[in-house]
Amino acid sequence: MTNSINRSAGLSRRSVLRGATALGAAALILPAGMRAASAEPKKGGILRIGMGHGSTSDSLDPGSWDNAYSQVFATSRHNYLTEIDADGALQPEIAESWEASADAATWTFKIRQGVTFHSGKALDAEDVIASINYHRGEDSKSAAKPIVDGITDIKSEGSHTVVVTLDAGNADFPFIMSDYHIAMLPAKDGAIDPTTTDGCGPYVVDHFEAGVEAKMTRNPNYWKSDRAHFDGIELLPIVDGAARQNALISGQVDVIDRVDLNTVHLLKRAPNINVLSVTGSQHYVFPMDSRAAPFSDNNVRMAMKHAIDREELVEKILNGYGSVGNDHPISTANRFHAGDAIEQRTYDADKAKWYLKQAGMDSIDLELSVSDAAFGGAVDAGVLMSEKSAAAGINLKVTREPSDGYWSNVWMKKPFVASYWGGRPTEDWMFSTAYKSGVNWNESFWENARFDELLAAARSELDNDKRREMYVEMQGLVRDEGSTVIPMFASYVMAHTNAVATPEKVAPNWTMDGFRIAERWWFA
Amino acid sequence: MAHVWRMIAQRLALGFLTLFVVSLLIFGATELLPGDFAEAILGQSATPETIAAIRRDLGLDQPFHTRYVSWLGGVLQGDFGNSLANGQPVIELITKRLGNTLFLALYAAAMAVPLSLALGILAALFRNSIFDRMSNALALTSISFPEFFVAYILILWFAQSGMFPSIVRLSEGISFGETLYRCFLPALTLTLVVTAHMMRMTRAAIINLLASPYIEMARLKGMSPIRVILRHALPNALAPIINVVALNLAYLITGVVVVEVVFVYPGLGQLMVDSVSRRDIPVVQAVALIFASAYVLLNLTADVLSTLSNPRLMHRR
Amino acid sequence: MSTLISILWFAVAVVGAMALGWLFRALVVAVLPQRRAHEMRKAPLTASFGILVILVYVLVAVFAPVIAPFGESEVVGGEFLPWDSTYLLGTDNLGRDMLTRMIYGARNTVGIAFIITALAFFVGTVLGLLAAVVGGWLDQGLSRSVDVLMAIPSLIFSLLLLTIFGTSVLSLVLVIATVDATRVFRLARSVAQGIVVMDYIEAARLRGEGKWRLITREILPNAMAPLVAEFGLRFCFVFLAISGLSFLGLGIQPPTADWGGMVRDNATLITFGDLTPFLPAGAIALLTVAVNFVVDWQLHKSSGLKE
Repeated sequence: MTNSINRSAGLSRRSVLRGATALGAAALILPAGMRAASAEPKKGGILRIGMGHGSTSDSLDPGSWDNAYSQVFATSRHNYLTEIDADGALQPEIAESWEASADAATWTFKIRQGVTFHSGKALDAEDVIASINYHRGEDSKSAAKPIVDGITDIKSEGSHTVVVTLDAGNADFPFIMSDYHIAMLPAKDGAIDPTTTDGCGPYVVDHFEAGVEAKMTRNPNYWKSDRAHFDGIELLPIVDGAARQNALISGQVDVIDRVDLNTVHLLKRAPNINVLSVTGSQHYVFPMDSRAAPFSDNNVRMAMKHAIDREELVEKILNGYGSVGNDHPISTANRFHAGDAIEQRTYDADKAKWYLKQAGMDSIDLELSVSDAAFGGAVDAGVLMSEKSAAAGINLKVTREPSDGYWSNVWMKKPFVASYWGGRPTEDWMFSTAYKSGVNWNESFWENARFDELLAAARSELDNDKRREMYVEMQGLVRDEGSTVIPMFASYVMAHTNAVATPEKVAPNWTMDGFRIAERWWFA
Repeated sequence: MAHVWRMIAQRLALGFLTLFVVSLLIFGATELLPGDFAEAILGQSATPETIAAIRRDLGLDQPFHTRYVSWLGGVLQGDFGNSLANGQPVIELITKRLGNTLFLALYAAAMAVPLSLALGILAALFRNSIFDRMSNALALTSISFPEFFVAYILILWFAQSGMFPSIVRLSEGISFGETLYRCFLPALTLTLVVTAHMMRMTRAAIINLLASPYIEMARLKGMSPIRVILRHALPNALAPIINVVALNLAYLITGVVVVEVVFVYPGLGQLMVDSVSRRDIPVVQAVALIFASAYVLLNLTADVLSTLSNPRLMHRR
Repeated sequence: MSTLISILWFAVAVVGAMALGWLFRALVVAVLPQRRAHEMRKAPLTASFGILVILVYVLVAVFAPVIAPFGESEVVGGEFLPWDSTYLLGTDNLGRDMLTRMIYGARNTVGIAFIITALAFFVGTVLGLLAAVVGGWLDQGLSRSVDVLMAIPSLIFSLLLLTIFGTSVLSLVLVIATVDATRVFRLARSVAQGIVVMDYIEAARLRGEGKWRLITREILPNAMAPLVAEFGLRFCFVFLAISGLSFLGLGIQPPTADWGGMVRDNATLITFGDLTPFLPAGAIALLTVAVNFVVDWQLHKSSGLKE
C-alpha cells in the first residue's frame, strides 16, 4: 500500500493543523510551527470572483460541467469523495478512508459520519452510490462516463460503507473519485436530481442565473471547521479578457482567472494587484493523425518535433508563464515525472532535416488546423511554428478554423490540429485517457503494443519503484515514438487584490486553487 | 389614410411570413453547422455512447422535418419549448433579457437620435465650415473604431477612476436612476457607434434638397437659413432619415453582442451567441424570432412614417 | 495641463493636415491640364487632404513588398519591442515588425474592403432601383427576401454562413457583401421611391423611355447623393465587420496582416494606456475620414449649391 492510498482516519484530523494546505506528506516533515506562523485565516467578507468562462447555457447537471466557471461553482457547493491537495497528494473528503484488495480491483470506502446536505438531509452510502451511478450505464449523458466505465459493481455495506468493484486492478482509483464531475448529491429513491443546487459543500446557493452570476452564503453546518472563511461568494462570468482585468483594477471583483498574457506585465504595475501563477499539469498539444501518411512514418513525426522552438513558444505565447514540454504529457507536478532521466528536446533544424531525409524527403508540405478554441494563442503558436519549421524544410500552412464547432468538426477529424489537456493528477489517468490504443480521446490515433502492456501492468502495480520505472519508460515511448507534439506546459495565471490572502501553496492541478478558492482562500 | 391602414395590415401579414421564413432558415442553418447539441455540449469529452444517449433523450435523433414541425406546432400554441442546455423554459430565459436589451437600446437611442439629428442639422446649416468638418471628422473617427475598442477607451477614461462601473450588474430592486448610472458606459458606447451614421445621413439628405427650386424660393423670400432647413428641407428629407434611424434602432436591439460581452450586460445578443455555439435550437429560434420581429416592426414603422411624410406616396396612383 | 497639451497637439495635427492638403492641391493644380486643374482649384482643403491620404494608401498598398522593411510574417525579434531606429513602430506580440504589418495590412484590408463595398453597391443599387421602378411583384419579392436576410442580425448571419462555407477570402467577401448589399438595397429603393413619383419621371415614362434608361439616366443621378454618402460609411463598416468576425475567429487567415484583426489582437493594451492598438485603428479612422471628406466634396458639387 502506498502512502497516498492507504490513509488512516487519524492522519486527516484537520482541526489539529492550521491552514488549508498543510496536509500532505510534506506537512509531516515540516516543523508544525512554521506554517502556523504564516497568516492566520480570518473569517468574513464576500469574495467576488471574475471568471474567464461561463455562458448562458451552463447548467447544474454534473455531467455537463465543462468550463472553469461551472467547475468552481460546483466545488463551492459540493464535496467529493476525495480531494487533491496543493501538493498533488490525495486527501479524504466525504470518504474518511479507503482500502484496496490485493489486486487493486475492489475498493472499500468508509463514508464520513455526520455530514449533512444544505437541505438538512444526512449524507449516507446511498447518496454516494447514486452520485456515482449517475455517470455510469448505458443511458449516461455524462462527460465523465468514460472515467467511471471501469466500475462493474457498486454497493453499500451498512449505511456508511461503499464497496466498488472494477473490471481490472487500478491503484489510482481513489484519485478518479476526486474528478470534478463526481460531486456528492442527495439521492432520492436511488437517483440524484441533476437540477438541484443542494450539496454538502462549503457554500449554499442563494441565487444562480446562468451567464450572469451565482450568489452563495457560507454553509453554517459545514463539517470542515478550518475551511470556508468567506461569509459569501459571488461568482461572475466575465468572458472578455480586458473587461475582467478592468473589473479587478476598478475594484468590482476581488479575484480573476485567465489573466491576458499579452498585458500581464502591465497589470502587475497596477497598485494593490497581485499576479499569481502556478505551473501545473495543463499542457498544449499538437496531435498528428498517425493512421495515415505522412504522419504514419515516425521519421516525419520526429522531424516535426525537432522543428519547433519550444523556448520561443513559452516566451511569446505564454509570456514566460509556463515551461517547455518534452513531447510527453507528464508534468513536473506528477509523482513519476521522468525528470533528468529523459533529455529535453530542443529546436534543431538539422536533425529535423535528417529525419525528413530518413523518410525519403527533402521538404514536406503540411497543414496545421488551429483555433483559439483549442487554447488561447493557438493561432499565434501555429504562426510561430510555421516560421521556424521552414528552416527544416517543413512548409507548415496554418489554417485558422472557426472556434465554433472546433471540437466536433476539426479536432480528431483533420490530420494535424491544436488541442489542450488540463492534465490529470495521475500518470495512469493521463495515459489511459489520451494515449492508450483505441480509447475515445486518443487524439493522434497512436497505437503501441509495448506502451499498452506497460500501462496495464503499472495500473495494478502497488510497488512505487517499479511503477516509476514503467512510467518513465512510457514517457520515453510517447516522446520518441508518439504522434503528439507537446511543446509547452501552461501555468494558471490569476490575479487578486491585496485584500485577498491565499494559502502559502496554491494548488496547480486546476485553475483557482484546484477550483477550491471558495473554501481555501480568505480576506487578509 | 385607408391606404396606409391597408399597407399596415398587408405588411403585418407579410411580417408573419418573414418570421416563418426566418425560423425555417435559422433552423436549417443551425442544422447545417458542424455538430449538434450533443457534440457541442460534450466538446472534447464526447464519446459515441454519450452523444447517442443525449440525442435519444432530447429527440435529436429524429429527422429534420419532424423536429421542425413539432417545434412549429409548439410555437403556434404559444409553447417555445425548453432550453436543451439547462432544461429551463425558453420563455423564462428570454423575458428578463429581452427587457434588458430593450432598456439598453432605448437608453442609447434616447441619447443618440436627438444628438445625431441636431448635429446633422447644424452641420447642414453650417456646411463646409470648420464646425461641419470637425464634427464630421470626430463622428467618423468614433464610428471607424470597432465597438469593443470604443468600449475599452471609455473604460480607461471613466471606469478605472471609479467614476462609472466597468461591468454592469443589475441586481433586484435598484432604483431607476441607479440603473441609468450603471448602464451609462454601454449606452454611451452604443451612442458613439450609431451617431455618425444617422448624423451624416441627416446632413446629406438635407443638403441634397437645398438646391431645389422651392428652397431657393423660400430663401429668396428672405427666410432665415435655420427656418428654411427646419420648415422646408427637413420634412422632405425625412424619408431617408427615418430609414436610417430605424436601421440603427434595429441594430441597437439585435446587434450589440460585443458591447454586451465587454460590459457583461445580460442581454439577448449574448444568449443568442452562446446558444448558437451550443446548438441550443429552441433558444436560438426564439431569440431569432424576437430579433426578426423587432426588425419587421421598426421597418414597418419607418415605411409608414416615410409614407406619411411624403404626400405623393400617400396618394400614389 | 495635459488637456491643454492634447488640444495643442490636436490643433497642430489639424493645421498640419490642412497644410498638406494645400500643398497637395497646389501641386495637382500645377501638374494637371487646364480644365481639370480648374475643378481641383475649387476643391476645399479637406477634400484635397482626403485625396492625398487615399493616394498614399493606394501607393502603400500597391508597393507594399517594396516599402516594407521585413517580410509580412517574418519574426524579427522579441515581442513588444519599443519603437526604435530598426523597428520604427516596434514589434507585435509575436515579435513581428509592426510597421511591416501595417504596410501589408493596407494592401490586404483596403483591397478586400474595396472589393466588398463595390460588389455590395453594385448589386444593392441595381436591385433597389429596379424594385422601385418596376414595383409590383418584383418589388414585393425582392423587398421581402431582403427583409428576411436583414431580420437576421448580421453577425449571426455571417457566423452561420462562414461556419458552413469555410473562411476563405472568397466566402468572406461574398458573405459580407451580401450583408451590406441588403442595406444598400433598402436605401436605394427608398430613395428611388421618392424620385419615382416625381413629375419628371412621370414625364419620362410618358415619353416611353425604357426601364434601363429610366434608371441610369433619370433616377440614378438624382439618387446618387445619399448613395455616395452611404458608400463612405459602408466602406468603413467593412473594416469593422472583418474585425468583429476575427473576434469570433472567422476573420482573414493568419499570418496575413489585416488592420481589423490587428486592432482586435492588441485592443487590451489600450486599457493600460498603451497606444499600440491606435496604429491600426487610427489607420482605419484616417482612411474613413479621408474618404468621407472626398464624399462630402462630391455631395456638395452634386447638390448644385454655389456657396
